[in-house]
Amino acid sequence: MNRIRLITLVLALVSLALGGCANVQAWEHGALADYKMNRGRDPIKTAADEHVYFSREAATGGQGVGGAGCGCN
Amino acid sequence: MRSHNKIIIIGLIGLLASGVPARADGQVGKPLPNLTDFALANHLPALPGRVVLVDFWATWCTPCRASFPAYNALQREFGERGLTIIGVSVDQDEDKYERFVQKLAPVFTTVCDSTQGFVTAVHPTAMPTCYVIDRHGVVQAMHSGFYGNTTVRELREEITKLLEEKP
Repeated sequence: MNRIRLITLVLALVSLALGGCANVQAWEHGALADYKMNRGRDPIKTAADEHVYFSREAATGGQGVGGAGCGCN
Repeated sequence: MRSHNKIIIIGLIGLLASGVPARADGQVGKPLPNLTDFALANHLPALPGRVVLVDFWATWCTPCRASFPAYNALQREFGERGLTIIGVSVDQDEDKYERFVQKLAPVFTTVCDSTQGFVTAVHPTAMPTCYVIDRHGVVQAMHSGFYGNTTVRELREEITKLLEEKP
């Protein structure tokens, strides 16, 4: 019985947590597609970050993708 | 115990279902909401008896920009035979819309749904999304996204078929 209560409680908490999620509709992506949302918009900073990662971790690339966040197509 | 299991399973299915997005092609086979019922800047042409292509686009959407030359070509090719293309911008900033339209100078009609009332009613799931509507006002096809020549080829086939039907 305690197990059932625990599962019910977990489900209720998960439901509450998921209730806080919101779907961003396709026509609301304008803010995400804004230039300011692009983390790599400063090429000098991006190059400096790349240099740090390469020097410290021998890792390079993977800093971002083309475009911003509109998710078009 | 069994009834509890059922409740848990139903609850889990409900949680999963809540995350499934609505399908944009739910409009196919039905009329779109009436454009004139929404506060759209600009004047709309007369649509009864015409084959209409309604395209939702935005200034921030790169594929939308790429679709404009294709829609220009379709409007020029099929306009006299009865096609009307209406580009519905979903931009909330009407200045951005104006600048964009002045720059690209489309030959088809464009309107700005700055209140996003019309797009909310139609509920497309991607930008751009276009709906091909027959002479009787019923949506016959929907295209989510713009994939260059592939989309244009499909649109041309659908439009040609619909234009052959009597008003």
